[in-house]
Amino acid sequence: MDKNVLRSIAGIELYPLISLAIFFFFFLGLLLYVVLVNRQHIHAMSQLPLLPDPDETFPHPFNQDVLC
Amino acid sequence: MQVESLPLLVAPKSPFVPKAPVRTVDTFFYDNKIVRDFGIATVIWGIIGMLVGVLAAFQLARPEVNMGTAYTTFGRIRPLHTNAVIFAFVGNGIFTGVYYSLQRLCKARMFSDALSKLHFWGWQLIIVSAVATLPLGITTSKEYAELEWPIDIAITLVWVVFGWNMFGTIARRRERHLYVGIWFYIATFLTVAVLHIVNSMEVPVSLFKSYSAYAGVQDALVQWWYGHNAVAFFLTTPYLGLMYYFLPKAAERPVYSYRLSIIHFWSLIFIYIWAGPHHLLYTALPDWAQSLGVAFSVMLIAPSWGGMINGLLTLRGAWDKVREEPVLKFFVVAITAYGMATFEGPMLSLKNVNAIAHFTDWIVAHVHVGALGWNGFLTFGMLYWLWPRLYRTPLFSKKLATTHFWLGTLGILFYAIPMYWAGFTQGLMWKQFNAEGMLQYPNFLETVMQIVPMYYLRGIGGVLYLSGVFLMMFNLYRTAKAGTLLANEKAQAPALLPAAEDPHATGGHWHRWLERRPLQLSIGATVAILIGGAIEMIPTFLVKSNVPTIPSVKPYTALELQGRDLYIKEGCSNCHTQMVRPFRSETERYGEYSKAGEFVYDRPFLWGSKRTGPDLHRVGQKYPHSWHYNHMLDPTSMSPGSIMPSYPWLLEQDIDYSTLPAKIRVLQQLNTPYPAGFDQQAVADARRQAAGIVAELKKEEIEVLPDKEIVALIAYLQRLGTDIKVKPEQVTAAAQ
Repeated sequence: MDKNVLRSIAGIELYPLISLAIFFFFFLGLLLYVVLVNRQHIHAMSQLPLLPDPDETFPHPFNQDVLC
Repeated sequence: MQVESLPLLVAPKSPFVPKAPVRTVDTFFYDNKIVRDFGIATVIWGIIGMLVGVLAAFQLARPEVNMGTAYTTFGRIRPLHTNAVIFAFVGNGIFTGVYYSLQRLCKARMFSDALSKLHFWGWQLIIVSAVATLPLGITTSKEYAELEWPIDIAITLVWVVFGWNMFGTIARRRERHLYVGIWFYIATFLTVAVLHIVNSMEVPVSLFKSYSAYAGVQDALVQWWYGHNAVAFFLTTPYLGLMYYFLPKAAERPVYSYRLSIIHFWSLIFIYIWAGPHHLLYTALPDWAQSLGVAFSVMLIAPSWGGMINGLLTLRGAWDKVREEPVLKFFVVAITAYGMATFEGPMLSLKNVNAIAHFTDWIVAHVHVGALGWNGFLTFGMLYWLWPRLYRTPLFSKKLATTHFWLGTLGILFYAIPMYWAGFTQGLMWKQFNAEGMLQYPNFLETVMQIVPMYYLRGIGGVLYLSGVFLMMFNLYRTAKAGTLLANEKAQAPALLPAAEDPHATGGHWHRWLERRPLQLSIGATVAILIGGAIEMIPTFLVKSNVPTIPSVKPYTALELQGRDLYIKEGCSNCHTQMVRPFRSETERYGEYSKAGEFVYDRPFLWGSKRTGPDLHRVGQKYPHSWHYNHMLDPTSMSPGSIMPSYPWLLEQDIDYSTLPAKIRVLQQLNTPYPAGFDQQAVADARRQAAGIVAELKKEEIEVLPDKEIVALIAYLQRLGTDIKVKPEQVTAAAQ
């Protein structure tokens, strides 16, 4: 990498640190989220494509609140 | 949209819902007709795209299969094949699946029937315009972005219509949280919009001709940022969204890990966008950009395999169904192909592997495992699952669908294995030195003739795969005939309460907040994809020392420019690179390696991505004019056994000088240092140079008129890579 190019950018040493911090904390937050997230919520979300076809549900309308 | 109100429902008590407010239940109708229409378009364009692919494949073994016309010659139909398969087959496949699943995941009809129709017909019109222009040689030459500027604008408009319709539907949803499949659709929409707009920056010369706003190295970086992410965000993310919907549907069980799918989404979109420069390893692109591309490509294996494992494990406990159900068979092979291609991609981006694989058929094998396996098979499985549901009748023949599966699988093997073989063989032959330290195979043609049998086998693989698609077309047609299209499917769902009254609209961790806010989710996804692109591109554009200028490199003469545009028109860059990499095996074969500063006037860049023929960057002054003349008329006369097609029309057609002044003016606007007023002298200047070439040819007993296209092409080829051969004292003398 051309050192002169990098030196010419003011405050360059902060940029990689900021990028790394954004990357690290975003994914740390994401990992924490998926570990701590409410099980029922995850279950309800994963069931979304599997909700019965409309014509099957028509006589017995489902209520999504039951699932959450 | 028709909405009926039904009696009010009160939700039963639940430990997780402390207060269950009263919600009305809406009755509404899903639009199945638009799904069916996109499905039909998928099949028809799939067949056309693959037919063109088979035609192109056999031309590589026997060039005379081009039927002797310019319009059906490899250089012009290869982009037609790639565009038809990517944007017509896969594109319509995406819309089929998105229009079906989005409505159901949002529990709402598409936002507007008029927008759906406009989207459908607009997209088909764009494809028709591609079919009409590419064989005519109307092309920008930038891979997967070959369509000229008026069509680029049309693509932008139709894409906005798609986004409008999609976000409108999301806004009217009856489900508070967005399923992970929809996140992938949103990321697809946003990123494709950004990629298309940035890469299509061009200045029009006429209705059918433009010059790229970027030149040389910068153009290459933007193009492969686009090209790689077209694979990522057109062929991968929307199909992952479809996988997350249709696989659980077909397997009748939820996705293995919804938690993993959340990690999968964010890590995939964040990392994918950086990987583009791995297409430019060992080229004149700055080293730091190449290294970034490699690092992120290697990281990419984690989210890709996370998604693949999530898909395959969804079938846990359902493998017995795979034996019976052709839909699941297609899905299993699709996901496995995705896993193989996404393992191979990071391996290919390692510089030592890339040194052998790049420019060979290995890359062709790699992309076809993705296209035929992942995209093709997921599409077929989805269509076989959808058709009986759209037409309310069982599939006409499961047996026929299973036959299609086996034909397709055999087709992939017959395609991929010979191409891997050809790639290894040729890549190693190019680099082989003998005991004396000389190239073992100095004649490029030797390395080509070795792999011609593989080209036949590859063509057979294509025919097998295509024959399976014909079976599918018949099967779907008979299914449709046996049933009746349920154009508007009745559905019911409780209306979404205003956020203030809905207990689900608050609470949960930060990401859950994001999952119910499409706007904020979109902003997050856009930021994730912009970071990588910006960090790679901005320094390459702004920092001059990234592209060191070379004083002896001058703009093309008027005639050379005309010749260059013919090179673009005939699609020469589909088979010939203009990038000598800094390997001894290449400098021995071609000459001095290519420097960034040599391409500063190249709009667009023409580095190419595949060497079916030799590199041409140092071909200038290597052969006499007569060699090129005879070679274009009949390549085998100069290179016995050559698989290059003949270009007799170049000897008959006149150079089109009508747009030359406009071309010069556009290039001047783009800072090409032509003298003021050169636009008015350009035609005369070109004719003067043409007369010189004609006189030289005459000395070798070749009679040709100076206005014929072959003269301009010879002028261009003879200029290629010669600027750096000028000695510094000559440059100084010229400057004085």
